[in-house]
Amino acid sequence: MQRFIARRVAQSLGVLVVLALVVFALARVTGNPADLLLPEDATRDDREHLLKALGLDRPLHEQLVKFLSGALHGDLGTSIRYRRPAVELFMERLPNTLTLVPLALISAVVIAIPLGLLAAVYRGTIIDRLSGAIAVLGIATPSFWLGIILIYVFSIQLGWLPSARMGGPAHYILPTITLAAFLVAGMMRLVRSSVLEILDTEYVKLARIKGLSQTVVIWKHCLRNALIPVVTLFGVFFALLVTGAIVTETVFAWPGVGRLTYEAVIFRDYPLLQAVILMKGIIVLGVNLGVDILYAYLDPRVRYA
Amino acid sequence: MARLEGHLPFPAAPADADAAEDVAPRSDFGRLPWTAFVIIAVMVVVAVFAPLIAPHSPTEQSLPDKLKPPAWQEGGSAKHLLGTDLLGRDLFSRLVYGARVSLTVAAFALLSGGLIGLAIGIIAGYLGGRVDSVLMRVVDATLTFPTILIALLLAVSLGAGLRTIVIAITVIIWARFARVVRGEVLGVRARDFVSLARVHGCSSFRIMLVHIVPNVMNTFMVLLTLHIGFVIIVEASLSFLGAGIPPPTPSWGQMVADGRSHIASAWWLSVMPGAAIMLVVLAFNLFGDWLRDWLDPRLRQV
Repeated sequence: MQRFIARRVAQSLGVLVVLALVVFALARVTGNPADLLLPEDATRDDREHLLKALGLDRPLHEQLVKFLSGALHGDLGTSIRYRRPAVELFMERLPNTLTLVPLALISAVVIAIPLGLLAAVYRGTIIDRLSGAIAVLGIATPSFWLGIILIYVFSIQLGWLPSARMGGPAHYILPTITLAAFLVAGMMRLVRSSVLEILDTEYVKLARIKGLSQTVVIWKHCLRNALIPVVTLFGVFFALLVTGAIVTETVFAWPGVGRLTYEAVIFRDYPLLQAVILMKGIIVLGVNLGVDILYAYLDPRVRYA
Repeated sequence: MARLEGHLPFPAAPADADAAEDVAPRSDFGRLPWTAFVIIAVMVVVAVFAPLIAPHSPTEQSLPDKLKPPAWQEGGSAKHLLGTDLLGRDLFSRLVYGARVSLTVAAFALLSGGLIGLAIGIIAGYLGGRVDSVLMRVVDATLTFPTILIALLLAVSLGAGLRTIVIAITVIIWARFARVVRGEVLGVRARDFVSLARVHGCSSFRIMLVHIVPNVMNTFMVLLTLHIGFVIIVEASLSFLGAGIPPPTPSWGQMVADGRSHIASAWWLSVMPGAAIMLVVLAFNLFGDWLRDWLDPRLRQV
């Protein structure tokens, strides 16, 4: 187990270093990062001055060392737009995202698992068809558009719910639906196919032969095993959530890190975007690492895979 | 965004227990998804003949005509079927040209992402061993990383444009292709003709190119089709986030973004392009499902 953890930690650190290198390199392959920072009417002198200030007149390897050691000390540069350390901005916005994302994840699980289970148990019936239709539609609907439609219907036409920014519990409803919808379709189909597979196994047949009721077979013998793939793919779901949060927070003017990412893109705030990506990278890798270790703890087979 | 799902957001999932029974027999060729076909055909025709179909230029501004509602609403006119935007540009014409942008980006991105994924999948699957485990690690890391972040970074550092968005989407999709193709190659590699080719003295490169590639072509074509809808959504999402094809070229995602702040007074600005995206993605996904069931039912869960 310790060896497994050590190996996974080393891998995650490796990915993080690669990510840092990509971020460092991308700013430089395409020309001088100073050009990304300067306004269009900057003079030659301004440019020279900025190059010196940022240390961009130094050789590449020195710049890399400086970038990496800065990163290790939690210094990922200064946002151009806000003129404040990028990491500080990120940490300030993070709590707002951390209230939204778990809510959406829980909602998605609560909707997707029963629907997927029902679709599998009543396979071929109207329930299955309906859940299939929801999945197909859900996959085809761009979530930014779904968010706008929800605002149009529930905020503007009906006037029931607030359309933007944070506030009371009502402010959470539409963003949560938008972000959860992002996951539901896929999760539901995954649960369905997984349950179908388990229903076909010997131990489920044995449980039926023993005379256990349908309820016990489904909830106790089937569902628990059917959820394994959902847990296995948690990393993929989490990546989807991070992506979804960018779009959702943008649509609902939610002051979280997703919205911050969007701002960095539209204002071409390269240092901020760079910091946001590295910070999110650390979170994503950390969460995946945690889930993997937990998973290996629960299922010993994983440790030797 | 990126719902980023195409066709399902998962790289791998357990095989469907009922896959074998559900598979349509060949005679079901007649059960074509006609609605999907028609939508796709219309989109392709519209994209190819955009200048002939669009009644106005997609970029021509006319401020006196700004924010005209669709023709069937009060205040609308037959001159602008689906109304006009903030700058008085004809929405229908912009949608028509937007179809062109979507399809062009999808074609280039699928080709580049698909081919890179195909190559890496074949190399990993055929060579196996250390090469395989390293490549698959990279694939796993890519799949559990929100690659849209890299795509956004690319858009900011390379500057927006067709080339950038094609590279960005390639970064997002290649791993999905690589994973499935590798799985297929593992099966093909174990077959006799590959051993015979090796005994005959063929180089690894030749075996991969001449003997493996044709045998994973079906899978590859199905994967390409299944990802068209996904790529269209990714492109729209990137455009929505300001990292797509730059204005004034009309793209559906950016049109939705432009209309967002006027949703209360001019609903058509966001609703129409979004509906177009949904309809087209739906059609391509249904078509992809049908093609998969017909050509390669084992991919059902991909």
